[in-house]
Amino acid sequence: MSSDSSSGPPDRRGLIAFAWVWVGVPLAYGVYELVQKATQLFTG
Amino acid sequence: MSPPVAPPGWSRWLVPPAALSVHLSIGQAYAWSVFKPPLESALGLSGTQSALPFQLGIVMLGLSAAFGGTLVERNGPRWAMTVALICFSSGFLLSALGAATEQYWLIVLGYGFVGGIGLGIGYISPVSTLIKWFPDRPGMATGIAIMGFGGGALIASPWSAQMLESFGSDSSGIALAFLVHGLSYAVFMLLGVLLVRVPRTEKPVGDGPGAFDGPQVSARGAVRTPQFWCLWVVLCMNVTAGIGILEKAAPMITDFFANTSTPVSVSAAAGFVALLSAANMAGRIGWSSTSDLIGRKNIYRVYLGVGALMYGLIALAGDSSKPLFILCALVILSFYGGGFATIPAYLKDLFGTYQVGAIHGRLLTAWSTAGVLGPLIVNWIADRQEEAGKDGSSLYTLSMFIMIGLLAVGFVANELVRPVDPRHHVPAPASNEQKEKEVADVQRQQ
Repeated sequence: MSSDSSSGPPDRRGLIAFAWVWVGVPLAYGVYELVQKATQLFTG
Repeated sequence: MSPPVAPPGWSRWLVPPAALSVHLSIGQAYAWSVFKPPLESALGLSGTQSALPFQLGIVMLGLSAAFGGTLVERNGPRWAMTVALICFSSGFLLSALGAATEQYWLIVLGYGFVGGIGLGIGYISPVSTLIKWFPDRPGMATGIAIMGFGGGALIASPWSAQMLESFGSDSSGIALAFLVHGLSYAVFMLLGVLLVRVPRTEKPVGDGPGAFDGPQVSARGAVRTPQFWCLWVVLCMNVTAGIGILEKAAPMITDFFANTSTPVSVSAAAGFVALLSAANMAGRIGWSSTSDLIGRKNIYRVYLGVGALMYGLIALAGDSSKPLFILCALVILSFYGGGFATIPAYLKDLFGTYQVGAIHGRLLTAWSTAGVLGPLIVNWIADRQEEAGKDGSSLYTLSMFIMIGLLAVGFVANELVRPVDPRHHVPAPASNEQKEKEVADVQRQQ
C-alpha cells in the first residue's frame, strides 16, 4: 500500500472485500443448504 | 440519466458483486413454489391459481427484458438496477398488502406484474457493463452474474420456508413474510445500485457505439441479422433440452429405477433434484469461463453435441446404471446453465458491446419459448406413454430422442453462425488511433 495517498488512486481493497462478503455469505448459506439436501441422494 | 462513470482507480472487481446483489435477489423467482401450499390453504386457491404470480412474473421477465433493453442501454446500469430494486421490492410489498387483506389479485399484480418487470430489467442490467469491464474475460464475467440467478433460488428456498415456519402459514404470516422479503431484498440490492460503474472510456450511447474494438451492431440492426436468429434457435434448443430433465427430474429418476433392485426413495429423488441445481449453477460459471479459452462457437458445439450424446446414453443405457444416469443428467444440466451464461459473450463477439444488453434482452424470448416447449414435450409424451401401458424408463425414451433431435437442430444453427455482414455495423465514432488510446486507458484503470 502506498504511504502517499495523493500520489495514486484510493485503496479500495476494503470495499472490494466488503462487497464480496455481502454477496458471498448468503450464497454460501444457499450452497450449504443445497449440499445438505443433495446428500439425501446417497443416504436417502 | 447518464451512466455512472468510474472514478480513477475504481476496481473492476467491484462490478461482479454489484451484479450478484441483483441476480441473487431476483433469482428468488425460482423459489416461488415455497409460497404455493400456504397460499392455497390460506386463501383457498387451486394449484393452477397459486402458480399465476410466478407465471406472470416469467412472462413479464421476457417482455421487459425484450422491450426494456434499449432503455437500459441508454440510461445505464444504475438506472436499471434502481428500477429493478423498486419493482422487485414493491412487488413484494403489494403482495404483503394482498395477503393481509386476502385480496389475491393484488399478489398476482404485485409479484407477477410489477415484480416481473423488476426480474427482466434486473436480469439484463449488469450484462453490458460486465462485458465492458472484462473485455478479456466476458464469459467469466457474465457467468458470475448469471450464476447468481441460479443461486438466488438456493438462498430463497430455505430462507422463505424458515420464515413461513416462524411467522405461520396463515394469511397474516404470509403477509409478514412478503413484507420482510420486500425490505430485505431492497437493502441487499442497494449494494448493486451504489457500486455499479461504467468504465471511464464509456461514451454516451447516444453518440454512437462504445469505444471498444470490433464491429458494433445496434439492437434494432441485430434482430435483422441471421446470426441473431441462429443464436435464438441455439439458446431455445439448449434450454428446452435442459428443462426437459429439470421439469421431471424427481419422477424421472424414480421411474427409471422403479423396476430394479435399487429403487429410488422420495428423499433420494429430492437429493437428485438438489444435485441438478448445483450442476446448473456450476455450469454457469465453469463452462462460461471455459468459453473465454476455447471460443464461443466451440463451447456451444460441446453443449449441443455432447448434450445429445448424454441424452442418447440415458435413453439407451440409463436404466442399467444409476451412476451413469446421474452423471449424464448432471452434465446436461451443467450445459443448460452454461448455455444461459455464455450467450451474452457470444452476442458481444458478434455484435460488439454497443447495445449488447438490449440484444441479450431480445434474445431472452428464446428462454420464454423453451420454458413452454420443454415441459410440454416431456409431460405430454410421458402421459401418452403411460396411457399406452408403458412404465419405467420407457415412459421417457421418446422424449429423449426428441431432445436429441432438438439439440441437433441447435448444433446446425450454431454451425451456421458467421461474422455479421458489415452493412449491419454502426459507423465507428472515433479513429483507430483514438480507439487504441481508449483501450489503453481502460487497461490502466484495471
